[in-house]
Amino acid sequence: MIPTPDTSHLTARDYEQVYEPAEDTFLLLDALEADADRLKELNPTICLEVGSGSGCVTSFIGGILGPSVLYLCTDINPHACRCTYLTGVQNKVNIHVINGSLAAPLQSRLSHKIDVILFNPPYVPTTEDEANVAQSSRNIGGSWSGGSDGMQVTNMLLDSVANLLSPKGHFYLVVLKQNNISRILQHMDELYHLEGEIVLQRRAGREHLFIVRFIRQGRSTVE
Amino acid sequence: MVRLLTHNILACHAKDCNTNNFPLEFKDVQLEIREAEFNPEFLKGFLPKLEWKALVDTAIQLGDTSLPLEQPEMLDDEFLKNLHHVLLEIHVEEGSMTCPNCKHVYPISNGIPNMLLAEHEIG
Ligand SMILES: C[S@@+](CC[C@H](N)C(=O)[O-])C[C@H]1O[C@@H](n2cnc3c(N)ncnc32)[C@H](O)[C@@H]1O
Ligand SMILES: [Zn+2]
Repeated sequence: MIPTPDTSHLTARDYEQVYEPAEDTFLLLDALEADADRLKELNPTICLEVGSGSGCVTSFIGGILGPSVLYLCTDINPHACRCTYLTGVQNKVNIHVINGSLAAPLQSRLSHKIDVILFNPPYVPTTEDEANVAQSSRNIGGSWSGGSDGMQVTNMLLDSVANLLSPKGHFYLVVLKQNNISRILQHMDELYHLEGEIVLQRRAGREHLFIVRFIRQGRSTVE
Repeated sequence: MVRLLTHNILACHAKDCNTNNFPLEFKDVQLEIREAEFNPEFLKGFLPKLEWKALVDTAIQLGDTSLPLEQPEMLDDEFLKNLHHVLLEIHVEEGSMTCPNCKHVYPISNGIPNMLLAEHEIG
């Protein structure tokens, strides 16, 4: 058992501004825990979490992979960046936090160098307007507002992830049923030769959530 | 928390800025030195991913001359300790980073680099 990260330093006031770990977060943690051996065998050098919010997920994988990995987190919400850093400190995971959108500032230096990418995106279907406002106000609304099909933000990352992943790279994505998984899988397969597989799913209240893991085609086993 | 390691992997991503967009240039920085746990395994693993010249030049600019201009073949303890200090113990708390090409300024506040661009600046 890998312990759930200690987030006792975060208060209700923090969660007015930053996404509080919820069912989607815990589903991702469970998927990572189930893949723990596989991830360790990858012997990763760089792990990137996009949209790290409270920092709970990276602190958790930090417990799996240990201190010899570079942990990078990005979030558009500056409060989330602060919380991510503090949660890293609280759980003794050294996290490098960047206030930025998706992986944009890393795209040129870390092309094909990132071994593990994690993203629990804003996946709730909303109007496009609402998603645009949420993205530009960089506040807690950006935690869920996902535009049409809930895919507006995720789609942008999907189109840059192939450039970021190392040859052995693994990409874990949280997906809501309404996001249309089969279309995502087909898109990634046809455009980027990334093979997606549902590794875990769960119904949580009204939401039916999935964790999809992508790897490069022909890499079904870890060398 | 902008450490020189973070600085070494950030590039300008403004619209149409694709060449000479790295390394970003520190300006008006406030530094803090904070001890971090020495982990030679991490350093050895990350070394091949570093842009060495950018790291050395930036360290010199911030007043640390402990790193050799060429990356050494022999990774002895002294070298690794210096590298550890430069990469992970020098924290830029306040200041900014300017793109050498388009001159876009990315602010740093409370140790967090702000790499966000306005809508019209995104490529
Ligand atoms: C559903 S929350 C997940 C938070 C955390 N990873 C977790 O699992 O609990 C989505 C996060 O993505 C961030 N986010 C939204 N749009 C983003 C973007 N364009 N770039 C980076 N982060 C973004 C939000 O601020 C929020 O922290
Ligand atoms: Zn630039």
